[in-house]
Amino acid sequence: MTVTYIHLLLLLLDPSSALMSTQDPPPSLGNHSMDKNDVDEAEGHFTVPIAFRVFSVDYHHVQAPFEIVLWIMLASLAKLGFHWSGRIPAVVPESCLLIMVGLLVGGVIYGVRHTAPPVLSAEAFFLYLLPPIVLDAGYFLPGRLFFENLGTILWYAVLGTLWNVLGIGLSLYGLCQLGGWGLEEVSLLHFLLFGSLIAAVDPVAVLSVFEEIHVNEQLHILVFGESLLNDAVTVVLYKLFESFLRMPSVSGVDVLAGGCQFVVVGLGGLCVGLFFGLVAALTTRFTARAQVIAPLFVFLYSYLSYLTSEMLHFSGIMAIVTCAVTMKQYVEANVSEKSNTTIKYFLKMWSSVSETLIFIFLGVSTIQDVHMWSWPFVSSTLFLCLLWRALGVLLLTAVVNKLRRNAVTFRDQFIIAYGGLRGAICFSLVFLIEDFPKKRLFITTTIVVILFTVFVQGMTIKPLVELLDVKRKKRVLPTVSEEVHCRLLDHLLSGIEDVVGYWGQHYWKDKFEHFNTKYLKRFLIREDKQPKSSIVRLYQELERREQMGETDEGKRERSPAIEENQTHSRSLLPEEMDSIRRILSTNLRNFNNKHITAYSRHTLHQDFTVDASRKACLRRHQSLGERHSSTQTHGSQWDDAGSQGACLSRSLTVSQSPRSAHRDPHSTREGSLNGPVRVTFEGLASPSSTYLQGQDSSSARMPKKLSFAFENEKGK
Amino acid sequence: MGSTSSTLAKIPNAEDLMQETGFTPAHLVRLYDRFKVLDKDKKGFLTPQDFVAIKELAMNPICDRIIGAFFTSGGETLDFPSFVRILAHFRPIDKNRPKEPTSPDPINSRSNKLKFAFQLYDQDKDGKISRHELLQVLRAMLEKQVTEEQLESIADRTIQEADLDRDDAISFEEFRKSLEKVNIDHKMSIRFLR
Repeated sequence: MTVTYIHLLLLLLDPSSALMSTQDPPPSLGNHSMDKNDVDEAEGHFTVPIAFRVFSVDYHHVQAPFEIVLWIMLASLAKLGFHWSGRIPAVVPESCLLIMVGLLVGGVIYGVRHTAPPVLSAEAFFLYLLPPIVLDAGYFLPGRLFFENLGTILWYAVLGTLWNVLGIGLSLYGLCQLGGWGLEEVSLLHFLLFGSLIAAVDPVAVLSVFEEIHVNEQLHILVFGESLLNDAVTVVLYKLFESFLRMPSVSGVDVLAGGCQFVVVGLGGLCVGLFFGLVAALTTRFTARAQVIAPLFVFLYSYLSYLTSEMLHFSGIMAIVTCAVTMKQYVEANVSEKSNTTIKYFLKMWSSVSETLIFIFLGVSTIQDVHMWSWPFVSSTLFLCLLWRALGVLLLTAVVNKLRRNAVTFRDQFIIAYGGLRGAICFSLVFLIEDFPKKRLFITTTIVVILFTVFVQGMTIKPLVELLDVKRKKRVLPTVSEEVHCRLLDHLLSGIEDVVGYWGQHYWKDKFEHFNTKYLKRFLIREDKQPKSSIVRLYQELERREQMGETDEGKRERSPAIEENQTHSRSLLPEEMDSIRRILSTNLRNFNNKHITAYSRHTLHQDFTVDASRKACLRRHQSLGERHSSTQTHGSQWDDAGSQGACLSRSLTVSQSPRSAHRDPHSTREGSLNGPVRVTFEGLASPSSTYLQGQDSSSARMPKKLSFAFENEKGK
Repeated sequence: MGSTSSTLAKIPNAEDLMQETGFTPAHLVRLYDRFKVLDKDKKGFLTPQDFVAIKELAMNPICDRIIGAFFTSGGETLDFPSFVRILAHFRPIDKNRPKEPTSPDPINSRSNKLKFAFQLYDQDKDGKISRHELLQVLRAMLEKQVTEEQLESIADRTIQEADLDRDDAISFEEFRKSLEKVNIDHKMSIRFLR
């Protein structure tokens, strides 16, 4: 009797087959000590006694997690390997290398087992692999730049995607009808469906390639923002065409309903994200006593927002991005420093792993039996994708440039058009299509397009961009005067726009800030962390940044300075002219560089590598902050917000004294184009000094420049 | 638009201002609202502190020069008409205006725009941008990326390119000439102020 109970128990414990391939060995028992009895009972004719197993291998027990870990390990080791060799990542983008590894592994598996290797399931992709990447992108999104360019981004995302989808779908249909490739019976809707999934620019692929080409922030945010937001359009169109395929007939009303659905999907994702973002912010308000789990809430709420919006057939990407953007400022204020660091590191780690896995699986999944090839179809798809994207970008930019102050240059347009890479989203979507005779052809074509864009476009974009730069430089060479004066004008215009409160950007921003400070922050941020005085806060922020800048300076002083021909004559050598041009174009371009942190998949912002100096400077903050608050009580000529500037310059001059010694040595930093970009803060000369009464030591001195640096993209 | 006309009535000399600067009533009202937002203490005029309180402006490398351009002749108060007159420089150029040789240029003409920009360099108002003044501006814009020698080279080169009468300074005419290829209308206009 007892033995049969044990049998049942063991049967229950027996792990079911893994999510990937099937396994050969028979299920072995979990409890080894039962072996002897069981064998004796079940196979009674076995006369050879089996010794008590001291050592045995039970793979099946751990198969599922074991294989997953092995894949992740493979991905991470591959990544490690690429970065070990310095030169390869410069030429071949990481995504290509990973796909190649995937192809290799897939080939090996195919060779060994003679069956197709495991395919990246759409479910695994959409539910597990994609969210971390998008969350990471959303959390580190440069908010101000994004919202400043939001109109343009939406313009490209919505209209551009629509243009591409309709263009590709219709032209493919037309070509197939005329071409005689044996594809006449495929309906228009199928082609439109195909168009909708192949036209979408993929954020994962774009990000991974743009890492290497160092475009300026504005361009980066345009392409990246577009790839994020076009998800809404893609999802809607895909689902629309899919449901049209299932319906017997399509009427105009249905198309209109589709259009409404687009709005619903986009806004729905937005609202879900907002809701969860605010709830997350509120939750972190109460995590003071349990700081260790505070980061968990960030991840849980974001993931929840994604899942919820997917459940409601809204755009999950929009939801998760909105959630991240919404909760970021409150969470950062509420949780401890260490928790903040944890959040950011984990985000980077997960998104890195996810991205690597996606590309490897793309490679592995390419090796299959199910390919159906058709030269004309594949090549025409490729050609049309490029063509329609180029046309779309040109047309849209021509319109949008009239409304922007910083025009999108031709070089930028080329990068936008050429940098429209397709990736795993297309791949997963194509697998989800309901079966129809030519589905395999679509799958093959999609894979080819993805591989082409990632490999060919990914690898050639950098040389082409450099070629364009060179060509452009040869044709039109602005004089140094023009460059200098033009940049002055840019600064001037930027300042005047701030004065006027250019309502398109600042009006809503000011309104939101007002609302934020008055209601949201009170509600969502812990009491003791409420900003008591914006002056002290700003001062602390400046201090912190200056500390970082200083540490950076110190590092740079140690690095070898690049020698320049020092000439005292009026005429300049050509090399010097070139270097001057380079300085001007690199540094003066960042005139709108108000608060830009560079987004990089692989590294964190400078912040997190200078802990020691920050601690020191935090300690100094606190001591100075106390001095601030005490002097403020009898500083009746100041009121909080209005004299922020005066107090600021006062605080700046106060901070001069302990650090005046560090100000002077300026090392040559010209040659390092990847040097930090600094923004100078100049205290006002005359007005502020009249307000400095009864202040200690350094007030009467002419305010010196206080600059703080933050790491920026390697500019070129 | 009822609010526009009622606010318009509150602005003294609105008609003259519009005539002088070329702003439409809607723009004038918008600028008036902005003026009131900036004037937090409701003094009726603006001081340099009100400008510095604009956070983004404070981060601008040439912030003090821009503010100085508003408070010409060293005054500490800026009333609404002066505010509007300065901002009128940044209206896009009216292409359709008939050119009358006798009437003065409108505030937003190309030449007046350039004069405004010139004034940013020329702090001592002697009509010339000296090497020293140029260096100051360059230093503000380029901050720490370059050494003193490189700054001086750039300043030298700038003067060398523009300076036709070899007096080691850039006069307004030379300044204007060096920018003749640049589309000043595009670079110095805020489009919504059309």
